[in-house]
Amino acid sequence: MIQGVQIDLISSERLENLTKLEKVRLILDEVMEGNVIVLEKGLTPDEQSMLIETTMREITPDGFAGIEMETYSAGSSEHHKGGLFGGLFGKKESSSGRLTVIGPANQMKTLKKDKDLISTWVSSR
Amino acid sequence: MSFLIRTKKKFSRVIRALFKKKQMRIGIYGPPNAGKTTLSNRIVRDWTGDAVGPVSEIPHETRRARRKEGVKISDENGNSITIDVVDTPGVTTKIDYKEFLEYGIEQDEAIIRAREATEGVAEAMHWLREDIDGVIYMLDSTQDPFIQVNIMLVGIIESRDLPVIIIANKNDLPDAAPGRIKSAFPQHPVISISGLEGNNVEELYEKMIEYFG
Repeated sequence: MIQGVQIDLISSERLENLTKLEKVRLILDEVMEGNVIVLEKGLTPDEQSMLIETTMREITPDGFAGIEMETYSAGSSEHHKGGLFGGLFGKKESSSGRLTVIGPANQMKTLKKDKDLISTWVSSR
Repeated sequence: MSFLIRTKKKFSRVIRALFKKKQMRIGIYGPPNAGKTTLSNRIVRDWTGDAVGPVSEIPHETRRARRKEGVKISDENGNSITIDVVDTPGVTTKIDYKEFLEYGIEQDEAIIRAREATEGVAEAMHWLREDIDGVIYMLDSTQDPFIQVNIMLVGIIESRDLPVIIIANKNDLPDAAPGRIKSAFPQHPVISISGLEGNNVEELYEKMIEYFG
């Protein structure tokens, strides 16, 4: 049996018809099983916030320790317009998510995060 | 006669209640150890003589969102605002009680701390989505803003159209570089302060009156 980690790449179409709560549950159920998921379009800030709130309520001693979640910041064209985050503030369409990777905190670690690169390390359980 | 006076007083109270401006709840958000509680304590101590909560080097020292109501801030020109100051735990997506063991805390106590911390982060998220009217976003000016800024927080502030003041904190430290934070947020007021030493907090108070008033 090959040891490894399941990685699910979820398309934006698969998520777009789900409610916020359904999205959060889908993600958290996967991650709590030890899987890593990559969302094509990511989550809105509100959805991310709900995900964090729900994650916090699922954490248990010596059990689930939370999630690692990384996404890109403002787009490169936005950086030129108004600083690193100037483009994000005051630009509503930037609020919709970008490619996002989410995994169990005790198995996934972000090695490097840049404006156009996220490098993560994942271990099997 | 007394009936008329009582009725008039009652009527006045109702009118005042109807038109009274809601007291703004100002949430202090930012990454762990950016100095949120230190600033909350300074604001509350400067204007009420009280304090909000303890400060320490241990992560998640602030484990519940703490609110101090009715803090009145005024300037030399007689302008003032009355706000509720809400100190929040640092936003995180993971909490493991074993982190606390490294600070010499016993396991039982560490588990309790971790549980409180998870509840606090959940509360802070809920507050930001539902109940906060303005944000003081604390950043550590000795750190790279790109690493510290939480895109989700910025997104919620933006989508709710909340007034925000960005703080480049810890300007008393030799490697502080508030210019990096200012250039990252050119469209928003960025105030360089030291919450610990009190450097430049007067400018922050003036900006709070202007932005949250």
